[in-house]
Amino acid sequence: MNLSAIDGEFILKTAAPDKRHDQSAPTVPFWRDPDKRALVFQFVALVIVFAIGYYLFANTQANLARQSIATGFDFLGKEASFEIAESLIDYSAADSYARALVVGALNTIKVAFFGIILTIIFGTLIGIAKLSKNWLIAKISALFIEVMQNIPVLLQLFFWYAIFYEAFPKPRQALNPISGVFLCNRGLIFAIPEAHPAYPAMGLAFLVVLVFGYFFNRWGYRRQARTGKALPALRITVALAIVIPLLVWIAYGAPTGMNVPELKGFNFRGGLTVSPEFSALLLGLVLYTSAFVAEIVRAGIQAIGKGQIEAAMSIGLRPGRILQLVVLPQALRVIIPPLTSQMLNLTKNSTLAVAIGYADFVAVTNTTINQTGQAIEGVAIIMVVYLFFSLSTSLFMNWYNNRTALVER
Amino acid sequence: MPDEKGVWKGLDVDTARAVAAAIFGDADKVKFTPLTAQQRFTALQSGEIDLLTRNATRTLSRETQLGLNFVTVNYYDGQGFLISKDLGVKSATELDGATVCVLPGTTTEQNAADYFRNHKMAWNPVVIESTSELAKTFFAGRCDVLTSDASQLAGSRAVAPNPKGLHHPAGNHLQGASGPCRPAMVTNQFRDIVDFSVLAMIEAEELGITSANVDEMLKSTNPAIQRFLGVSAGNGAALGLDEKWAYNIIKQVGNYGEVFERNVGVNTKLGIERGLNALWTNGGLMYSPPFK
Repeated sequence: MNLSAIDGEFILKTAAPDKRHDQSAPTVPFWRDPDKRALVFQFVALVIVFAIGYYLFANTQANLARQSIATGFDFLGKEASFEIAESLIDYSAADSYARALVVGALNTIKVAFFGIILTIIFGTLIGIAKLSKNWLIAKISALFIEVMQNIPVLLQLFFWYAIFYEAFPKPRQALNPISGVFLCNRGLIFAIPEAHPAYPAMGLAFLVVLVFGYFFNRWGYRRQARTGKALPALRITVALAIVIPLLVWIAYGAPTGMNVPELKGFNFRGGLTVSPEFSALLLGLVLYTSAFVAEIVRAGIQAIGKGQIEAAMSIGLRPGRILQLVVLPQALRVIIPPLTSQMLNLTKNSTLAVAIGYADFVAVTNTTINQTGQAIEGVAIIMVVYLFFSLSTSLFMNWYNNRTALVER
Repeated sequence: MPDEKGVWKGLDVDTARAVAAAIFGDADKVKFTPLTAQQRFTALQSGEIDLLTRNATRTLSRETQLGLNFVTVNYYDGQGFLISKDLGVKSATELDGATVCVLPGTTTEQNAADYFRNHKMAWNPVVIESTSELAKTFFAGRCDVLTSDASQLAGSRAVAPNPKGLHHPAGNHLQGASGPCRPAMVTNQFRDIVDFSVLAMIEAEELGITSANVDEMLKSTNPAIQRFLGVSAGNGAALGLDEKWAYNIIKQVGNYGEVFERNVGVNTKLGIERGLNALWTNGGLMYSPPFK
């Protein structure tokens, strides 16, 4: 309850003992009753917000109608008639705008997914390195953090992109470090296994092992708590994750056909291509964001009292176990919330893709806006989609944060 | 683009200056806002700019759905391909599998998609918003081909590190891609003023009026010239402008031929022939309705 309500109750009570009025219940006019007053204020505020919203909406509608600008989302079903350079699903210029937008969204998810994983790994390493007792390692990571944090990420993207297209040779002079791998200004092109039913089956087997491993590990912990006998559940799971898919592969007759890239006409055909645009964007975002993540990790580790580590050492724990059992569980509580906002930053910064020609969601939507002229609808779609990306990232991170949060006993 | 003194120059710039001369009597009373191909229509729709003079192709969907008016064409263009001679490509039909640099949100982007689809050829677009960044990636060899309006390609070629190593393959003008540039805007009166400011430059060339001889021409006995320059009144009032509006355009900016030769003609870096943009009397497409 807020302060005014408490004040109100106080006034009410002091007024009540006044015996000169012979009324059974004290009647207070509603403007002097803070509860009722608050309700009225909230109602008025609500009406104002709706009125402003309606005014903006109606005004926009009227303006668009006056300028005879098309409105509505009908355009989503029309043929996009523009090509998109890279796509995780089948797409051609004959497909609809809606499908083009899905392609863009998937491209954004692709760069954010790999970006977040690499950033966490790389940022953690740098953060730990900054605390290293080795002077050189500590200074190099400090320098890295300072440089990366203080150069705008857009400039970094231009820099990496220019390196990709200026420094690498043209396709006909492509570098060929190992057989089947080519590096040129069209990207990194490498051989992949020929499509075969064995591979999806192997993936399925791998997933099954992962699920099994999860429960196996939990069982192992409970068994250790009950009997005191440790079980190397993690090692067994890793071994199974390698052996079982391999057995599946052999069961399918061990297919070895490879889809090898070949220089045909202008470009390489076949194999898998990682484009310079994607690589430059990923590299730029990962390096930039991991500088921030490194500082967060460092702060998290330093937040653990020195006494705790000394105490752990005094009972004979090895350094690895100290990190695993004492430092990390407590450091994560400090690290996770700011880490979440860095992950969101990375996702949002990926919209700079448009500057270096990576077909992310904003790039595709911008083109759609330009072709159809429906800027308001396009911007609304961008807002909803990024809100969805951000909320799902933060939901996941909050869930994880709650899991690692301090459990009061 | 602005020259080394920061003064905006170009065919499209002179078009905007002509409109300023007609309305305000001073060609310099115009504020230029550089926009990318993607921003331009939204900026015009939202009223951030009053007039867009750029190589914007008039299309049915733009005219009907963007809520904009396209007016008279001030430059007839076509889409072309620019490609390095080293690759040995003689015709645009040999471009199967090529990587193509193209600006996003342009008709060129859609035309290229149509072209490769029509010829059942594979291609890979590299789509970058900034014209200069796009040209840089093309010069560095990130793409095999740069496609755009022919006039734009002439501009890109002029700044290439090795212009002689580039060429246009045969059959490079895409069908249905001829891209008239043009102003687009909102109110009817403003629409007429912009329309006739462009037409006035064409009409002046046809009447033989130049920025050099326009003062002498005021004394001309030719009734068409008298009407045009406002010596006999009528046109200005009809447009809601000063009777001197056409005189101001020609005096301060010049006729269409002068503007063309000054900015993009054979004696400039771009070196573009009049071609389609010659007067209709010389076999081109430039024609003005009578100024009556």
